[in-house]
Amino acid sequence: MSRFAPQIAPRLKAALAILVLMALVPVAAHAIGDPFLSVIANRMLVFAIAALSLDLILGYGAMVSFGHAAYLGFGAYAVALGARWGVTDLLAQILLGMVFSAAFALVTGAISLRTRGVYFIMITLAFAQMAYFFFVSQGSLGGDDGVALQGRSTLLGLSLDGDVTLYYVTLGALALVYAGLYRLTGSRFGRVLKGTRENSLRMQAMGYRPFPYQLVAYVIAGCLCSVAGVLLANLTEYVSPAYMGWHRSGEMIVMLVFGGIGTLTGAMAGALVAVGLEEVLAAFSEHWRLGFGLALVLVVLFSPEGLTGLAKRLGIGGKHG
Amino acid sequence: MAELLEIRDLRKNFGALAVTDGVSLSVGEGELHAIIGPNGAGKTTLIAQLSGQLAPDGGQVLYGGEDITHLDMAARVRRGLARSFQITALLPGMTVLENVALAVQARSGSSFRFWRDAGGEEITNAQARAALEEVGLADRAAVLASALSHGEQRQLELAVALATKPRLLLLDEPLAGTGGQEAERLIALMQRLKSRLTIVLIEHDMDAVFQLADRISVLVYGAIAATGTPEAVRADPAVRAAYLGEDA
Repeated sequence: MSRFAPQIAPRLKAALAILVLMALVPVAAHAIGDPFLSVIANRMLVFAIAALSLDLILGYGAMVSFGHAAYLGFGAYAVALGARWGVTDLLAQILLGMVFSAAFALVTGAISLRTRGVYFIMITLAFAQMAYFFFVSQGSLGGDDGVALQGRSTLLGLSLDGDVTLYYVTLGALALVYAGLYRLTGSRFGRVLKGTRENSLRMQAMGYRPFPYQLVAYVIAGCLCSVAGVLLANLTEYVSPAYMGWHRSGEMIVMLVFGGIGTLTGAMAGALVAVGLEEVLAAFSEHWRLGFGLALVLVVLFSPEGLTGLAKRLGIGGKHG
Repeated sequence: MAELLEIRDLRKNFGALAVTDGVSLSVGEGELHAIIGPNGAGKTTLIAQLSGQLAPDGGQVLYGGEDITHLDMAARVRRGLARSFQITALLPGMTVLENVALAVQARSGSSFRFWRDAGGEEITNAQARAALEEVGLADRAAVLASALSHGEQRQLELAVALATKPRLLLLDEPLAGTGGQEAERLIALMQRLKSRLTIVLIEHDMDAVFQLADRISVLVYGAIAATGTPEAVRADPAVRAAYLGEDA
């Protein structure tokens, strides 16, 4: 029953398996002559990064943010603004997106964390909607319609125009984000975050003040999500306020529910499944959201811990971290 | 005996009800001071004010000569003032060892460390194991706290409090809900702790209280009705009338 796995934790194995499988997608897409498959898979990877970042605060910190898509938007607009200012390097744009995100998360997080439960959900939603309407009002950035990019970013001189190149860059980013969060959630900081999720009063009685830890986690999550935004803008070559609307925030929570919260691997798997399901269902009907909703109801009713819980029951790992 | 804890005219009202009604009390270094009283006398509210969970409406709390009335819980814990909870308050989804290791971590180095595996910190784990050893829970270290029996959870409460390396321990009904052997083991533990720590003990088990306490204060309707040695309190006619009942 020990939670200290002897060698590699099952959930880590599952994550590695997912990454390896995803690495094979462009090869398979090439073999069957369907390049669109890679584009869908790339979308999955982007949202896996976003879902991972949300899992840090929602799953490990019990901070249910309903405004996480705002950071997706900051990342995307960092690409649009960066390109306008002559900054086309991906890393520089990621840095820019992180600066926007950190500033926004620091201020709104400090205020939001004064509230709990449903009030926290509502206040994060409100702040994200403020960011949304800010970009809607920016005529020079296309306002409501958004703005098409002149082209994709470059990475240290390497052009990301090729879909396969962008795909593997995204996969690399996902692997890095996963590895970073895996370490972070197992670190001292991660323990304090988890402890606060379990019982804040107990943590205070041990001598902790939870607020700074929660705020730092909130900022880290925002910064990591903006990386997904930078990559999403490159994938679609388009930036619009729709990326940061509340629907999108809701979808990210749904991804976590699909995969199972607080395991990282579940977030990744959930994003893959949710994006895949959306594509499959949308091919059948324009009312695909109906089927999506049904799937969500089934998961919540029959496997409240999502895919992770299902995997655990089938005895193939994915323990709660 | 030098005074470690001094409470001066402490007051707390919930609406019109004076839950703590001018309590003054001093606890000497090394003393085990029990606070007894009927249900609703305000014992837990008093502990909550001593630990910093609740802010008093009036009065002062001095600890080692320092006025700590307005310090928060974390600041008091760092000064060596730890508490256990009447209603078990643990981290249910974490292992027994992790529960205690977090208490060790709180007083040893920064917790803004983001990379190194906390579970692999040998020094932290060793100290956590020592605290578990002390309360007799060492063999349950790898179990989730939620999987412990009620009595074991009471033991873990104590281990967590001890792991903060306290100078003053506030114990809120550590024996609540335990029986027989479990209670005996906890009483024996408190007997051992008594020699190296100052303890304020709230407890309903009168046998345990009279066995352990150096001094006893009786709290009735938020005020101290009597303070003294166990013998003096037992003989006090006011206490017998107010609390111990006819047959005591």
